Order: sequence, then structure tokens, then C-alpha cells
Amino acid sequence: MTVRSIGSQPIQIEQDVVLARQMARKLAQECGMRLIDLTKLVTAVSELARNTMVYGGGGDMDWQILDEDARTGLRLVFRDEGPGIPDIKLAMTDGWTSGSGLGLGLTGAKRLVEEFELDTEPGKGTRITITRWT
Amino acid sequence: MAALQTTTLNAMKTNQAQLLADWAHGLETSGATRNIKELDLKQQTSEFLQLIIAGLENGNSQNVAAPGWDEIRQFLEKLSHSRALLGQDSQQTASFIFALKGPLFALLQNHYQDDPALLAEQLWEASELLDALGMHTIRTFQKSREAVIKRQQEELLELSTPVVKLWDGVLALPMIGTLDSQRTQVVMESLLQRIVDTGSEIAIIDITGVPTVDTLVAQHLLKTVTAIRLMGADCIISGVRPQIAQTIVHLGLDLQGVVTKANLADALKLALTRLGITVSKAD
Repeated sequence: MTVRSIGSQPIQIEQDVVLARQMARKLAQECGMRLIDLTKLVTAVSELARNTMVYGGGGDMDWQILDEDARTGLRLVFRDEGPGIPDIKLAMTDGWTSGSGLGLGLTGAKRLVEEFELDTEPGKGTRITITRWT
Repeated sequence: MAALQTTTLNAMKTNQAQLLADWAHGLETSGATRNIKELDLKQQTSEFLQLIIAGLENGNSQNVAAPGWDEIRQFLEKLSHSRALLGQDSQQTASFIFALKGPLFALLQNHYQDDPALLAEQLWEASELLDALGMHTIRTFQKSREAVIKRQQEELLELSTPVVKLWDGVLALPMIGTLDSQRTQVVMESLLQRIVDTGSEIAIIDITGVPTVDTLVAQHLLKTVTAIRLMGADCIISGVRPQIAQTIVHLGLDLQGVVTKANLADALKLALTRLGITVSKAD
């Protein structure tokens, strides 16, 4: 597996969520992703970027375009230094939210991508890695 | 710290024409005159020079926030505002003032040839003064730009909420762009108001122009649908494209209580059927 290109983008305010989405859309197009996969990925980015801003108190989105054999993938890391998630099992339950949303963002995002990795520690922050291959 | 000497002031007064000519030349070479009429520039430079001399006569050169500098500050505010409207950047606007440094320093150098200590002191004072005025210009320039952006945002808000009447009793709201900001609030309010004003029975929300439907957008839509129902009207959501439909399924969103259609034409057809209207080709 080789890394073709990398980059990073801050997520601090609501406009940054829009920018993160646009960036993900651009990168997915670069990878040659089909419209349906692209839409799924961009939607997942929208959910996770908003979580980073609202619950993580702001953070960053790192991206990597990966080449492996004949396929290309886009890997995105959402990281913040917020309060972290105290109960992962509860957070990964459909319909549960600590805020005022629908409680489907985190679980929905997981279903929208191929690889999903959640790394969190209370008081330290949260790091979510998602990957979608063409 | 010593202020600018009266001799400096007098030197500036007697050499005004030379200063202006050199300044204009400097501005031109720095590219700060793009898009600005020569006559306007000439007027602005001479007005600024007169104001700075007047300011030096009235007040001290150390504090441009002092009342003696009111006029020049107002002049600069007007100037940076007009530059912002012309689409110039902050660098071009600020260089209007900074380009005066060269000619002014040359003048001082010439004037205080015999007294290096005094020259250094006067150069420092003149530099401080122009820097302070330059900073003021940039600050007001920034404010003007922010005002321009704010106005555009407000215009966008208005642009993005056209509630159109498709038929007697049928309203349509074509949504475009991002739905997760304050826009949704405005959109929702104007739609609800139009339903009251027109006494419409069916409202169609078209999301063809919305690139991403995530949980927040869905939540906004569901709230709007509920509010429309509470007002006794029905709501149809149209423009659900295949990729959006699949994404909604994966997200686990429950839109079962909502009537959805793939495109606006189908939604209108359904609305007309509900109203008991049949449309047929004329023979």
C-alpha cells in the first residue's frame, strides 16, 4: 500500500464542516469514485466533521489517498482533543445522542464506509479513521 | 520622545508639489493604482498630504487617535471603503500610504544633511506616524470587506428561499446548496408563512439542489414536515436521487411517515391527484 498524497484541514466552525465536505468530494473525485460511493463518503464526512466541531470542540481532518494493487482509497482521520466518549457501546447505539441530534451520525457514518475505527479516551479526545475504496 | 519638528513641517509644506509627484510615481510602480482613475488619485494624494500637514499643525504626531487627527482618519476610512468596493486587496490599499515613505524620507534626508542625530529622530517620528495611519487604513479596510461579505450573505439568504406557487393550493420550495446553517430556519419560516398567506393545502419541498442529505438535514426536513402538518397542510419531498436514497438507507434515517418522490413532476402529479384535478391533453 502506497500513499499518493496527504493533507489536513481544520474543523472549528460550522463553515469548516461545509469546507470539509467539499474537500472530501474533490478528493473522492480524484480517486475516481463512483457517484454513489462518493455521496456516501461525503455524507459520512459531514456527520463526523460536525461531531468533531460540536462534541469535540473543534479539531482537524487529515486525509490520505492510498494506492493498493488495482484499487484506490481515501482515508480520512477526524481528531479532536475534546472530552472523549465515555461509553463507546452507548455511543454506537442507533438513536442515542448526548446532544440534540437524531443519534444516527456515528452509527450511520460507520455503515456508509468500508473501514471504520474509533479511538477515544475520556478527557483526552477522539480519533475516528474512515476509509472507502474504489 | 520628540515630536516632528516645525522645520520638518515647513519642509513638507514648501516641497508639497515634489512630494506629490514622487508619491504618485511610487504608487504607479507599486501597482497600487490599478482600477483607479488618475484624477481621483491625484485628488486623494493631495488631500491626504494637506490633511497630514493640518494634522501635524493641530496635534502631536504620536497619537493618531487624538482629536486633532479626526479629519484624516475619516478621510482614510472613506478611502479604504472605496478601495474595498473597487475590489482591491489590503496590500494595495495600505501601500497608498506606505508609498509616501520614500519621497518623505528623501526630503528629510535632504533637509537634515548636517544633523544625522536629528535626521534619525525625525525619520523615526515620520515612520511611526505613517505606520499608525497605515494600520488604521488596514483596520477600516478589513471592516469594509467584512461589511461587504455580510451583505452578500444576507443577499444569499434571500436568494435561496423562493417559495413558488405551482397551482392553486400547491406551493413548491426548491432548496439549493447547504441546508445545515441558519438558512434552513429562514426557509422554513417563509414556507410556513406562504402556506398561511395562500391557504395552500400541499407544499412540495424539492431537494434536487441539495448535494448532501445527512442526519442534520434530515432532522430539519422532518421538523418542517411536522410543522406543515400541524398547520393542516400536506408535504411532499421531491428530488430524492438514487444515491441520496441509498445514503438515507445506510444512515438509518426513518422517513416512512413522509411522502417522497424522485422528481418534482411526480410530486406535482401526486398533488394534483390529491386535489382531485386531472390534467389532459386537448384533442
